[in-house]
Amino acid sequence: MRIIFKTSYLQDIKLLKHNGYIFWYGILLFALLIAPAVLGEFYIGEMAFIFIYAIAGLGLMIPVGFTGLPSLGHAAFMAIGAYANAYFLHKGIPFFISIFLAGLISFSVGALITIPLRKMTGIYFAIASLAFAIIVEEIIAHWKSVTGGLGGMSVDYPVIFGFELDSTWHFYFLCLAILLAVLYCALNLVRSPSGRAFIAIRDSEISAESMGINLSIYKIKSFAISGFFTGLAGALFAHRLSYLTPDAFNFLLSIQLLMMVVVGGLGTVHGAIFGAIFVGLLPQVIAIAKDYLPPAIGQFPGLEPGLFGIIMVLFIIFEPMGLYGRWVKFKLYFDMFPLYRKATFKRQKTYLKTERVQ
Amino acid sequence: MTFFKAENISIDFGGIRAVNEVSFDVEKGTVFTIVGPNGAGKTTIFNIISRIYNLSEGRITFEDKDITHVPAHQVVNLGIARTFQNIELFEHATVLHNLLIGRHIHCRSTFFSDLFFLPSLKRMELEHRRKVEDVIDFLDLQHYRNQLIQNLPYGVRKIVELGRALCTEPKLLLLDEPASGLNVDETEDMSFWIDDIKKLLGISVIMVEHNMKLVSQVSDHVLAINYGRVLADGKPREVQENPDVIKAYLGEDKDV
Ligand SMILES: Nc1ncnc2c1ncn2[C@@H]1O[C@H](COP(=O)(O)OP(=O)(O)OP(=O)(O)O)[C@@H](O)[C@H]1O
Ligand SMILES: [Mg+2]
Repeated sequence: MRIIFKTSYLQDIKLLKHNGYIFWYGILLFALLIAPAVLGEFYIGEMAFIFIYAIAGLGLMIPVGFTGLPSLGHAAFMAIGAYANAYFLHKGIPFFISIFLAGLISFSVGALITIPLRKMTGIYFAIASLAFAIIVEEIIAHWKSVTGGLGGMSVDYPVIFGFELDSTWHFYFLCLAILLAVLYCALNLVRSPSGRAFIAIRDSEISAESMGINLSIYKIKSFAISGFFTGLAGALFAHRLSYLTPDAFNFLLSIQLLMMVVVGGLGTVHGAIFGAIFVGLLPQVIAIAKDYLPPAIGQFPGLEPGLFGIIMVLFIIFEPMGLYGRWVKFKLYFDMFPLYRKATFKRQKTYLKTERVQ
Repeated sequence: MTFFKAENISIDFGGIRAVNEVSFDVEKGTVFTIVGPNGAGKTTIFNIISRIYNLSEGRITFEDKDITHVPAHQVVNLGIARTFQNIELFEHATVLHNLLIGRHIHCRSTFFSDLFFLPSLKRMELEHRRKVEDVIDFLDLQHYRNQLIQNLPYGVRKIVELGRALCTEPKLLLLDEPASGLNVDETEDMSFWIDDIKKLLGISVIMVEHNMKLVSQVSDHVLAINYGRVLADGKPREVQENPDVIKAYLGEDKDV
């Protein structure tokens, strides 16, 4: 059992709180760096995919987990990032500028869309964000000159300083680097005044306002930065897909993203990562399970989305703090052994306040 | 100059006039208490001052500035902080976190510096923590610093809410029933703190309270209202002995 004596205010602020953090995260980072040398191409590709999910998950975690704005339309930001990136690359714009512009456009759309949505709460906000995603999907399907319409558009390989990133491990490192950058910004945001304002809005709008927090401005900030991160994820997703069609960014993707943050653990940065791993692995597990199930169930259409829904509901009911909450309890059990009490987490509740219809 | 002045404030909810032409002045450095039976309109007056509700008629001035129309999130910038009757804390955050949110108006960082946690922000954050630590010491909250609000007993939450309001460094503090739900000892503590807030920190207080012992201990001036109208206005003793006030609390005796 580790007991940490706090001797300075800095200890609360630091990202790596003690040497144990440095050790374990160091090992994790090292493992990720050597993974391409050890694992086969298929696994590297799948891991890159999980990184992309994690970036999008961090993006969605900010409004849903921290600010308490339940978005059902985040596939739209993925789509905007993906199409913008593909479009700029076609125009011959260098990759880093192209992906940054894609994020920036997504950022602006996030800010603009929140202006009409800022007074809505709970279920109304969720429905409005869903409507927004449907509108974006329609625009993409009809704006042929830019998006190729329903016929879709191809995505060029990223070129960095004249160097074409055409192999899987190139892409792996690209995704990892962007994930680390986004993770760093997300962690900073959470410990900064803006992050505190987000949490304040989530837990009590009336009292956040009485503490001087401008609700509209912070909701807009929260959605805009979320748009930026999710847009970056979309831009990378475009390379993974290599050919874009509007139906790659439908309602199901929004649900998948939402499931990621709910299952991972709302209101924690860890949760987004845990959720990404879960959502990234789930289709593989389902694919393997299909072989063992009787065909009547295994070949049932809509099996995957159905399972997603069931898993999300089960988590909301039985483990509102998600996989990360599970992990914290697991760690605490060993830290406290044999003193752990089952009642330690009795009073936990979920953050998703869709029931707060006002 | 008058410190705080409410002139003929009224508010209608549909057909009901919850506050009806109420006027009062608060002097700097005093504790001003509003009393009245349930539903008299006390909380509504607070909600009018903190701009949660729009006035139907009347005017409010603070330090000679008309504040009748400032946006709700600007009120605390003027130096008016408040607590809520039903405790509105940030449940899923720690005590420290809640108090730091109380420092929000003093946080001068940009969104960009938040994202990269620039050194200037780090310096400011350390400064805010020092200020918060002062409040923690003042209210004896050391023991609860890193606990989540949802795990705290009711009495402690009340004190945390008071602390959060103090963290904004207000000139005027609005306390909505600070002693409701507290036991005898906690109420005693609260009365000392309110006195210290006035005398040591130099903060003026407008308070709503039902506990008459506490009211007479700490108040300099009392305003009694019923059905949204002023019944009496004066020193605590005068108001307590006012026949209209006694009638309002005990109910009218039809036989007399
Ligand atoms: N938002 C609102 N809409 C309609 N009526 C309201 C609203 N807020 C308050 N009222 C009414 O105004 C009256 C005064 O309410 P208020 O909450 O100010 O009472 P109070 O004096 O604080 O009472 P208590 O001692 O119970 O806290 C009540 O009749 C209440 O029903
Ligand atoms: Mg009240």
